[in-house]
Amino acid sequence: MTDKKRIDIREVINQGLLAGLVALSLSVIGFISLLGEREMIAGIFTMGHVFLFAAPVGIASVLAEKIKHENTGKVLGFGFLIGVITALPLIVLIILATSFDIRQFLVNVSPELIHLLTFGQNLVVGSIMLVVITGILSLLAAGLRLLPEIWRRPITSGLAWTLLFGTFSEILLSRVRAFFGRGVAKLVFSGKALNPITALLILIIAAAIAYWNVTKRSKSEQKEVEVSPEKQQKSQRIRVVVGIISLLILPLLLGTYLSEVMNNVGIYVLMGLGLNIVVGFAGLLDLGYVAFFAIGAYVMGILTSEGHLGLGFTFWTALPFSVLASTLFGILLGIPVLRMRGDYLAIVTLGFGEIIRILALSDMLKQFIGGAQGVLQIPKPSIFGYDLTKPEALYYIILIGVLIAAFVSWRLRDSRLGRQWMALREDETVAEAMGINLVNTKLLAFATGAAFSGLAGAIFASKLTSIFPHSFNLIVSINVLSLIIVGGIGSLPGVVVGALILVGLPELLREFAEHRLLMYGALLIVMMLAKPEGFWPSETIKRELHAHKEFEAGSSD
Amino acid sequence: MLRRLQDINVLDLVLWVFRAVIIIVVVWGTIATIIENPYPAVTWTETIIAGIAQGSLYALIAIGYTLVYGVLFMINFAHGEFFMSGIMTATIFLAQPMGESGFLDTYPFISILLITVVTVLVSVGIALLTERVAYRPLRKAPRLVPLITAIGASFFWQNFIRGLYGSEVKPFPQMAIMAGKVSIAGFPILKSHIVVIVATILMLIGLYVFVMKTKTGKSIRAVAENKDVAALMGIDVDRAVSTTFALGSAMAGIAGILYAFVFRQVHFYMGFIPGIKAFTAAVLGGIGSIPGAALGGLFLGMFESVGPGLFLEGLGIPAPHQLKDVIAFTMLVLILIFRPQGILGERLAEEKA
Repeated sequence: MTDKKRIDIREVINQGLLAGLVALSLSVIGFISLLGEREMIAGIFTMGHVFLFAAPVGIASVLAEKIKHENTGKVLGFGFLIGVITALPLIVLIILATSFDIRQFLVNVSPELIHLLTFGQNLVVGSIMLVVITGILSLLAAGLRLLPEIWRRPITSGLAWTLLFGTFSEILLSRVRAFFGRGVAKLVFSGKALNPITALLILIIAAAIAYWNVTKRSKSEQKEVEVSPEKQQKSQRIRVVVGIISLLILPLLLGTYLSEVMNNVGIYVLMGLGLNIVVGFAGLLDLGYVAFFAIGAYVMGILTSEGHLGLGFTFWTALPFSVLASTLFGILLGIPVLRMRGDYLAIVTLGFGEIIRILALSDMLKQFIGGAQGVLQIPKPSIFGYDLTKPEALYYIILIGVLIAAFVSWRLRDSRLGRQWMALREDETVAEAMGINLVNTKLLAFATGAAFSGLAGAIFASKLTSIFPHSFNLIVSINVLSLIIVGGIGSLPGVVVGALILVGLPELLREFAEHRLLMYGALLIVMMLAKPEGFWPSETIKRELHAHKEFEAGSSD
Repeated sequence: MLRRLQDINVLDLVLWVFRAVIIIVVVWGTIATIIENPYPAVTWTETIIAGIAQGSLYALIAIGYTLVYGVLFMINFAHGEFFMSGIMTATIFLAQPMGESGFLDTYPFISILLITVVTVLVSVGIALLTERVAYRPLRKAPRLVPLITAIGASFFWQNFIRGLYGSEVKPFPQMAIMAGKVSIAGFPILKSHIVVIVATILMLIGLYVFVMKTKTGKSIRAVAENKDVAALMGIDVDRAVSTTFALGSAMAGIAGILYAFVFRQVHFYMGFIPGIKAFTAAVLGGIGSIPGAALGGLFLGMFESVGPGLFLEGLGIPAPHQLKDVIAFTMLVLILIFRPQGILGERLAEEKA
């Protein structure tokens, strides 16, 4: 970093306009007003405000980092300018919306949105407030970059924790109520949001902890403690045990609703683990992955249903057939695509997925699998005559499934087969030249992936007790693909992280669910641009994905 | 069992059996249908014309896939969204208000011109933005990476448009000059179908001339041939790629207008399935080749339109028209398995498939 870029006023204006466009887009598609319904700190701000100001604040902060070596006034001035420019497109929107009926074109420019943008004031006062507030927030964001780390870190950490608590205030509220009673809940929360005083307390505590951490680290930097391998192994074992115990008692802490959310996450983790083998390990981009999920679900449904389609199996006797059927289909659909690579493979598998869905929907197979009416009256699983109807009980079945799949994936990854898959992923031609049997290796990848997905489908069917062809559209495949990409392609913990972010979060924040596909799309692009290795990357993939950047930068390591 | 599969001939055998089964089903179904003869001749001509019109739309969209694949070797998954976004915007801001005020029927040609301008501008704008933000920085990344961003872009734009205009189906006003049928050589044909077919032919000829005869077209072809060498020859590669995207998305935008003329409704999800089918058409014709895309589109449209009645009706399958997408996707799978270079096979497919 020897050459420091000079940034002139033109660039600042451009960046400000960019931030303005982002804020404007988020407003007109209804994101801001939808999130405006979720109060984070009672009476002060909503989540809509957070997303409204995110773009100018973020851009001001990035810009300030670039020019922080220049004089303070300039940094602060540029920050303020970005905020002001951001507000301009929004003001145009406010003026348009108040003087014309633009809602007949843009359905989401609602009175609530304008109310949020003008802070409940009239046009002139509201616009001025918007300019001043975005300006000041961006200025503060830029100013934060100028502070020494010992101050900056506690402030950012405090703000982050407050926002986090505010975001999940509704869930926290329900848990606090369950464990400490209504009195405490009333004290800490007002309505569904954090009490301003609670928020301030959280801010101070988080900041204090961060401050303490920063000072402690700067002291202990000199004496790096070497940990012996045995000790490391021991601590790792303790961590695994603690992890398993906390997974086991989780439903007791979470309650019914959150257990249900965890179950959905678990089913996606199962699918993610399967697709991770196909895409992550073997590098075969499969966009029709939902087909195996559907087959697992349908086999379970038809074998166990108590309706007219059913064959009277129980969950446990049907489960092997479900998994077997999807595995077989994995091989069957794998054979035709053995010689395809990359994007052709992606599009053909997508075609397979659609074919299976349309067949399930059609009248042709209606007498066997129910057509558009789907399969109904699927019983929930039972153990020793005890029906597992509550989500808390189903959780354990899903947990066992996930643990088995995770264990199998983990052992496969380091096995001979796993290494063959990875060789295949790196370069098919070279892998073949090295004596790897492409046919077997690929088919085993498809089969294993399909088996996990079939297991997920089987559990899904008996969890929902009824299945419809619409549950198995392309979006499921994209969802699973997104979650393994967000978590990190080829990384096992990454699958869990990805599922928690992409499946768990939208269920907790209902407002997100409405726009979840938009966010998936944006997330896929942003991840590929900024962090293609994901949030919890596997080491090999990380190296591979950054290879071209290193090459461009001219360093060879 | 897997040991046996090691022998590659077994694999070939499986594929041969697969091929034979498909051929037998198709031939058997066709013969059975012909014997049964469930439809009068007029239905068949109508189906065929509808197929040609549908195929023309696929051809126009397929151009975008072919051009981009030719230049960047990537499947621009978001292409269906370029097709959708332009006409969605024009419908909301122009066609619907103009339809209500009666402007649409008083000045039909001015209206069509205005709608075309807005549609093409929006489609091209979104395409260029997508290329600049999501594709250009990743041109040297592993090939899976831009494909994933393309999928992301597709979902992003779909839901962005949904957020902007709402998720309902939007009616596109009927234009008086497009309503009804005319009789050509004794066959009654929908006017909107004629518009689609004529417009497609004109667009395709225009595009072919542009790519083959102009200097910009030449630079696109040079970049498609070899990016590095083209750059050495003084061609601005980024510019050529942008032009390619602009051309493809303009074609897609116009396909969107024609779609609205025929089906008289637009929807945020309308681009997805036609997008995939147009890709099928591009592959069917031989990806990378402009006449191939046209031919592939036509074939696919015809198959899809005639296929369910011809192949499946005779087999006694109930409601065969529900399965028209299955026919399209099965064709895609079959082509990619047995003739990945397509009808007018170019070298591209052999190298890349």
